[in-house]
Parts: sequence; structure tokens; C-alpha cells
Amino acid sequence: MGLASAGSMPYQESKEEFLTTKLSHLIDLLRKQSINWSRKNSLWPMPFATACCGIELMATGASRYDIARFGAEVMRFTPRQCDLMICAGRVAIKTMPVLQRIYMQMAEPKWVISMGACASTGGVFDTYAVVQGVDQFLPVDVYVPGCPPRPETLLEGVMAIQRLVDNEGMINSKDRERGLGLVVQPTVQVEVEKGAGK
Amino acid sequence: MSAKITPVIELLQKQFSDIDFAPAPLLEMEDQSKEQWCVKVGADKLMAVMSFLRSDERCAFEQLSDLAGVDYLNFPNAKDRYGVTYSLLSLSNEHRLWVKVFVNDPNPEVPSVVSIWHGATWMEREVWDMFGVRFTDHPDLRRILTWEGFEAHPLRKDYPLTGRGERENFKVITRESA
Amino acid sequence: MMTTATSPQETHQAGPAGYAPEEPGGDLWALNFGPQHPATHTTLRHVLELDGEVIRSCTVHIGYLHSGFEKLAEHMNFNQYVVVTDRMNYVSPMANNIAWHHACEKLFGIELTPRCKVIRTIIAELARIQDHLLSVGATGLDLGAFTAFMYPFNARETIYDLCEEICGARFTTSYTRVGGLMQDITPRWPGMVKDYCTDELPKALHDLENLLLRNRIFIERTKGVGQISREEAINWGITGPLARSAGVRRDLRKDEPYLCYADNWDGQGAKAVSFKVPIATGGDCLARFQVRMAEMRESIKIIIQLVDNIPSGPVDVLPNDKMALPSKDEVYGSIEGLIHHFEQVMTNRGHTPPVGEVYGANETANGELGFYLVSDGGNMPYRARCRPPSFINYQCFEKLIVGHKISDVVAVLGSLNVIAAELDR
Ligand code: SF4
Repeated sequence: MGLASAGSMPYQESKEEFLTTKLSHLIDLLRKQSINWSRKNSLWPMPFATACCGIELMATGASRYDIARFGAEVMRFTPRQCDLMICAGRVAIKTMPVLQRIYMQMAEPKWVISMGACASTGGVFDTYAVVQGVDQFLPVDVYVPGCPPRPETLLEGVMAIQRLVDNEGMINSKDRERGLGLVVQPTVQVEVEKGAGK
Repeated sequence: MSAKITPVIELLQKQFSDIDFAPAPLLEMEDQSKEQWCVKVGADKLMAVMSFLRSDERCAFEQLSDLAGVDYLNFPNAKDRYGVTYSLLSLSNEHRLWVKVFVNDPNPEVPSVVSIWHGATWMEREVWDMFGVRFTDHPDLRRILTWEGFEAHPLRKDYPLTGRGERENFKVITRESA
Repeated sequence: MMTTATSPQETHQAGPAGYAPEEPGGDLWALNFGPQHPATHTTLRHVLELDGEVIRSCTVHIGYLHSGFEKLAEHMNFNQYVVVTDRMNYVSPMANNIAWHHACEKLFGIELTPRCKVIRTIIAELARIQDHLLSVGATGLDLGAFTAFMYPFNARETIYDLCEEICGARFTTSYTRVGGLMQDITPRWPGMVKDYCTDELPKALHDLENLLLRNRIFIERTKGVGQISREEAINWGITGPLARSAGVRRDLRKDEPYLCYADNWDGQGAKAVSFKVPIATGGDCLARFQVRMAEMRESIKIIIQLVDNIPSGPVDVLPNDKMALPSKDEVYGSIEGLIHHFEQVMTNRGHTPPVGEVYGANETANGELGFYLVSDGGNMPYRARCRPPSFINYQCFEKLIVGHKISDVVAVLGSLNVIAAELDR
């Protein structure tokens, strides 16, 4: 009897308990938000700079374009400390295994930017020695077009990663789809006039 | 320039009277001064000629400026398949001379000039890598630019520009396997 | 283990008193330096054999950026390939453009117009400044002076602006064409260049020099490190600032002059630009740094001599001859222009070079950048061999580094200024 009555009685939350639950939800939410927020603003890029695009990457890091405004100035050359790989420049056949190994060594969660025409498609180098797009052999999150991309475009790419982090949070890369297909769109359309250049 | 290099070629001809050097300007043009001259040498006599060019003080070619391989397959009027061109530079006399050696399949071999000019070390490795011309007595004749296990010689004219599928040959890393 | 008498390893072997060095050859270990390493800037790999911290031998592996430039050249015509030369030495692309078309014009037998020569000389010198700025800045960065990297990089940004002004791209410029330029300069460009060379750049150089040359750490880490003698430098085929810092008196701008470095460049008896060739005798990293700094100052002088009186006239050779590409105005506006354009760009039509071979070289920031062209009479080169200064300068690295400590690798590497795309092509 006692048991039954005890079972049928609705559980009454005390006022304090009610508050704690709500509070813990709130804290949870805040924590997630704030973690995402802080994560997206402190991306640690690993510059895998092989060729000319690497110089633009340096320019992005240098004083005029100043990638530190987006919290991503801490370039670390050891893959274990980084969460964003910027693959800048063409990847030759000899380098591809190196790139894959570095990618494997990075800790989750991790993101990959393929910077420039060469890393994304092979670019002008349709030759025997250049891999025609790293995304054939590696999951890439954001493609930054250009040969080389201007520093502004690369910053746009970093911001795209930030939006990803914001929306998805700390999902490991294996829970994300392969190839998000996000491409940084040129913001300005240039009309080619008659007589401009030759 | 040409006025400077002509005595050198004459000297060379006098020294090695049994070789036909066939001196000729690199580029035949009517209205231009023919300033770049080249001589031809057989692979067997190369070392003797090169040592002479390096050590004789009227020649004094202290520097091997460049070493280029050329594959003359399908070249109009070409008799030999591979050419190796040495571009020599004398800093003290300020003249240049080009020396050409022609070799053929199946066993293209040229003696190495590393003992005369150290600068030839990598350049000869590159020619071996790109054209498959062997340099005998080279201290360390490995491939230099292409990767391990590569069989072909990419700058030969019969090798396709886009390769034979080497660039597709990697394991794929997906998000799951990473 | 005394490998060579010339290497400075004796100084390194003297340990603290009472310290007995290990049996030679007993305890060597191998260290992989690269291919992904902050100090290699791009992808190079060294396998170092170490005895404690002292390097006993070094094997260099290159080819991590081999992309088939020379094969690609055989499938592109003389104007198209200039796009690829940008990517060769990407620190000073303009210099590559000029060197490539210098060789092509030698093959075609073209004499440029005075205006084109002056513009090309100015941009060649800007490219030299650009290259040296990065090289000295990056050496500072590798040795731990991050500020010394930011200062020159800031000064480089203005050069990018200058490039953008004349061709629309920051560094993949592709500015030259056979017998001329892609387009004329803009009217305000000379003024911009002059402002930069009289005001901003000298200040930046002054700052940079003060930052580094008064820095004891920098001096001690570069002085006497990576020394090479004059004879060795010549025998290894080294050119450019590296050779000049070892006492080799050679600069193609003086010895085989071209563009405005030659007398009578405008056909009316104009004098060659006057400048000095800085030479040092140390042959170490510090000497290379100083030669580069001095060369930048000389480049400023050259630019200031030329920039005020750029001759007027066309930039392309012989507007009525069918040698250079027509302007876009003509192509879109007249049928002759269109036909001329098609003639030029279609395979095996248009102006073809004579059959033969030619070697044309320029003095770029790293040394003698030459192109050895073989032509079979078609409108593509049969073979376009590039004489890459980085490749030839870099081969002595294996010898330079033996006997030094492992931290000296970055100092030597920075001072050699190896550009991987030029190294591997
Ligand atoms: S995309 Fe262009 S700039 Fe970037 S590495 Fe490739 S060729 Fe160089």
C-alpha cells in the first residue's frame, strides 16, 4: 500500500531543485555557447604552406592584414597543437603522404582549408607530378579560390570556418559529411571593360 | 663575345686535332652577332676536353654554369636522341662556351664531371632523373626530384604531360578513417 | 672525427674542462629536419646525422614541390609560359617574367623599345628589393626576431600595391609579353614608385638594420656560420649575393649587361645606369645579410635615376609588325586586329622563332636566372631549361653545415634564401 501510494504520488520538485535544474540548463547552454564562441575565436592554424600561396598566407599573418583580428594568429607547426589546417599551395606526389600523415596527427575536432587553385584542383599545373586537388584524398571543409587568393579571401575562408564552428559546435570531423562544399564566393564581381589590358 | 671565344676554340682544335669539334653558333641568325658558340665532343673524349678547358689558363673555365639535357626525339634533322649541354663560364677571361655531347639508346652514358666542377653534382642527378642519361663515376647518382619507386623519366618526349596515373595513386583518407 | 680541415668544427668540439668527447662514430643519431618544418619556409628535407648537437653529416632531399615546370613549357607558347614563371620564384615574380622574355627575345632577335626597357629595369629592381626584404626578414624570424620579420614585410606590401597598379595582381603578375609588356603603366605609377623609394623604403631599411645589426644575438648567430671560400663558391657554381659575399666579383648587370644596365640602351647613346656592386669577403651568413642590405640601397639608386624620365613612346616593339600581341582595343574594334590576334595565339601560326638554341640570363635576387631554349621552329619551345639559382646555390648546403650545431641550420638556410618552387620546378 505504502509502496503503491508512494508510486502514484507525483514527484514534487522543491523550489530550490527547480531552480538548479533550470540553472544547470542555462549553464549548459552558456557553456556550449561560450565554448563554441571561444573555440571559433581561437583557431590555431597549422600552415601547410608549400608554394606561392604560402607567401600570401604569410602576408595574411603580417601587419597589414593581421589575422590576429580573427584570433587565428597562433600558427603552430606541430600538428598536435592545431585544429585548423591551411593547405596552401600545390601538393606534389612526394608531399601527399606527408600531408596525409600530418592530417592524421591532428587532434579532433579539426578543420581543413584548401587554399588556392592548386590545392583545390591542381591549378595551372596539370602535370604528372601534381595532385589534382587534395580533396580527392583528404576531407576538406572550405575551399578558398584564387591563384593566389588575396589575403581578404583567406580571411573570408577563416570566417567560414568560424561559422561552421558556431553552427555545429565541437562535432568531430567524422560526424560531419565529407566535403562540406563550402566555397568562398567572390564578393565583388568585376566587369571586364573594353580596352582593359590585352 | 665571339671575338673572345674564337681563340679558345682554335686552341682546343689544336690541342685535340683528332676530334672534330664542329664549332657553330648556338643560334644562326643573319642580322645578329653570333655570340654564343658551341662545340661537339664525343662521350669518350669528354673528360680530356673538359679537364683541358678547366686547367688551361687561356680557357680557364672555372665554373660550370649550367648543365641541360635535351631529348631530340622528332626534332627536325636530329641524328641522335639525347643531348647533354654543358654551359661553361670563365670568370677570369669573361667568356662562355657551350659543349654538347650526344648519346643514344639503349644505354645513354656520359662520364661525370663532378671531379672537375663540384657544382655538377645535383645537375647531373637531375639529368639522370629527367632523361635517364647515366653519368658514370658520379659519387651518388640517385633520383633527385621525383619520388622513390618512380620508373619513368618524365622529360623524355615520349612521356605524357599528365603522367601515367601516378597522381591518382594514394590511399583516400575519409573523415571516418582519420 | 675530423672530417674536413676547412670546417670550423674545432671550435665546437672544445667542451668544458674535463669533458671527454665520446668515441667518434660511437653515438650518432639521425634527425629528420623537414619536410614540414617552420624554418624550411617551404618543403625541404634534411637528414642530419648528429653527435650530440654537432652535425656530422647532412643529406638533403628535395623534390617535394616538383611540379613539372619544364615539361609544361613544352606545351605552351612563348607568351603563355610567362604565367608559369610567376610561380617559379614566387618571392620576386616580376624578375622571372623579365628573365623568361629576355631569353625569348634573344631567340626572336627582338630589340625592345626604350620605354619598355626602362619600365622593365624599374620592376626588376623592385623585384630584387622584394626578394631581399623577405630573405632578411625571414632570417630574422628564424633566429627568433619576430619584429624584424614584420618591418620588411610591411615594406613589401607597398611593392605589391605597385604591382597591382600596373597589372592588377598582387604577385602573380605575368606582366611581360614577347617584345613588350602586357599594358602600359598608369600615369601615377612613377610618382608612387618615387615616393616609395625616397621615403618609405629607406626608413624601413634603416629600422631593419638597427634592429638586427645592433642585436648581439643576431650577430653571434650569423657571424662565422656557414662560411664558404671564394674558390669553393666558384667551383660549386654559386652566383648572386651568395657568391658576392664570398668575394666573387660577378654581376651579370655589369658583366653581360642587358636592359638599361647596358650603355646606349635607347639607341641614342644613353649612359647605363650607374650603381655599385657590393662585395663582401666574409662568406658567412652575416656577410650575406650585409650584401643584401647594400644591394637594396643600390637598387633604390637605380630606380631613382630612371623613374623621373621614363621615355615616351610605345611599350611594344614595332606596332605594325606582327610580332607582339595587338592591344585589346584593336582586337575587339577591328577585323585586322582580330585576325592578327588569332594568328598569334593559334598553334603553329603567327610569328615563329628560328630553329636553334639560345641561352639568356638575368641577374635576379638569388643569382643568375637563365633560360636555355631549344626551338624547332614551332611556336612552342622544344625545350625550355631553366638555370635555377636556388637549386645550384643550395647544393653546397651539405658541406656548409657540417661541424655546426643544429640551431645553425636555420641561420644558414635563411641566408641561402632557398625558394622551393625554383629549387624543384
Ligand atoms: S594556387 Fe596559384 S599562387 Fe597558389 S600555389 Fe598554386 S600556383 Fe601558386
